[in-house]
Amino acid sequence: MSAPGTRDVARVALVLVSHSHDLAVGAVELAGQMAPGVLLVPVGGTADGQLGTDFDGIERAFAQATEDGRSAVVLMDLGSAVLTAESVLDLADDDLVARVRLADAPFVEGAVAAAVTAHGGADLDAVLAAAEGAGRMYPVEKADVVPTSLPDDGVVRETRTLLNPMGLHARPAAVISRMLASYDAKVTVNGVSAASVLALMKLGATQGTELRIEAEGPQAEEAVKVFVTEVERGFGEI
Amino acid sequence: MSVDVAWAIDWVRRSAQTIAEHRDELVELDRQIGDGDHGENLDRGFRAVVAKLDALEEPPAEIGDVLKLVATTLMSTVGGAAGPLYGTAYLRAAKVTGAAELDSAGVVALIEAALEGIVARGKATTGEKTMVDAWSPAAEAAVAAADAGGSPADVLAAAAKAAAVGAESTVPLAATKGRASYLGERSIGHLDPGARSSELLLADAAAAAAA
Repeated sequence: MSAPGTRDVARVALVLVSHSHDLAVGAVELAGQMAPGVLLVPVGGTADGQLGTDFDGIERAFAQATEDGRSAVVLMDLGSAVLTAESVLDLADDDLVARVRLADAPFVEGAVAAAVTAHGGADLDAVLAAAEGAGRMYPVEKADVVPTSLPDDGVVRETRTLLNPMGLHARPAAVISRMLASYDAKVTVNGVSAASVLALMKLGATQGTELRIEAEGPQAEEAVKVFVTEVERGFGEI
Repeated sequence: MSVDVAWAIDWVRRSAQTIAEHRDELVELDRQIGDGDHGENLDRGFRAVVAKLDALEEPPAEIGDVLKLVATTLMSTVGGAAGPLYGTAYLRAAKVTGAAELDSAGVVALIEAALEGIVARGKATTGEKTMVDAWSPAAEAAVAAADAGGSPADVLAAAAKAAAVGAESTVPLAATKGRASYLGERSIGHLDPGARSSELLLADAAAAAAA
């Protein structure tokens, strides 16, 4: 175990509880790619390697995730993973219970959204909200409603063309979300929240797509400026 | 016999035996509407419980001690939804049975606490094709038997009988909780494996008291 402070680890960790060892490890791999500074603990299958949930394994994962004063958000795949995680918390001490939240969220999408949010330094409630909000991303339709007039409403607007050959895929989406996390501004791209990796990916923006960037808030100008700079340099991919 | 610590140990040993005998039946029921692991998981859990009982140097002082051993062992060895569900049931039951022997009211409290544990953990109610459909009528029958002046063994017998009827009542139901709910209407016509195992466990509780 590394001593506290020797590595830059986010203050909120994730525990991914699956019926399947491979699924838990795979989800950690996927989420970790976009959030290298977040502790992600997989716990999947039974102790003897079958499909199922492992009470003792979950107990150990909760302990590991909450070491060094961290808190943890837990993603679970199916019913008995939820029931077992709840049972572990029922029998855990109050200090651990106070720092662990079980997310009512889709397993993979929730893990990715929570990991990126945790990577941005967010607190426990914000990471939980990111996970639970992930389930609502998919019904969002691309809102291509262009306002006929642009009133002086304090919204900072810029339009740029996406240069990336691969489009706005997972990596640049994560770059945007992480980059903007430190600005006090509400930023949208083509009508969806730039804070949400999944919403950005759902835009399906390909090379040549016009990105309408809008921001509100005390640091709206700064946020749009760094955003535009990144779009123009192709998020480091061109 | 009286409903005491020896009864509790006998109940647990009978349960392990019964679950082992019905392992394939429970697997088949669960295969029809679930993930097919109920019999195997419960069998593994109760084998582990018996191994722990065998390893005890002296018998526990209270019924609750036996039930708590069952609870924690099932939780950590079952590996499916039955682990936390039965684990919570036995744990809640353990909390109200801190005594060397139970009277009729004590037996009612045990069954009601177990039902509450399953409901709290599974968030199911009656009519959803779950364990609750066996335990809920069992608790009602236990109350009625105790009110009618029945002995602790009478209360357990009444509960077991009602659980059997309750389990059978799950056949025409469409599941709305648990893995079977993914099947929806296609779950109709199948006996719920959790209700069936609940029926078996309560039958053993009654048999141990009648022995």
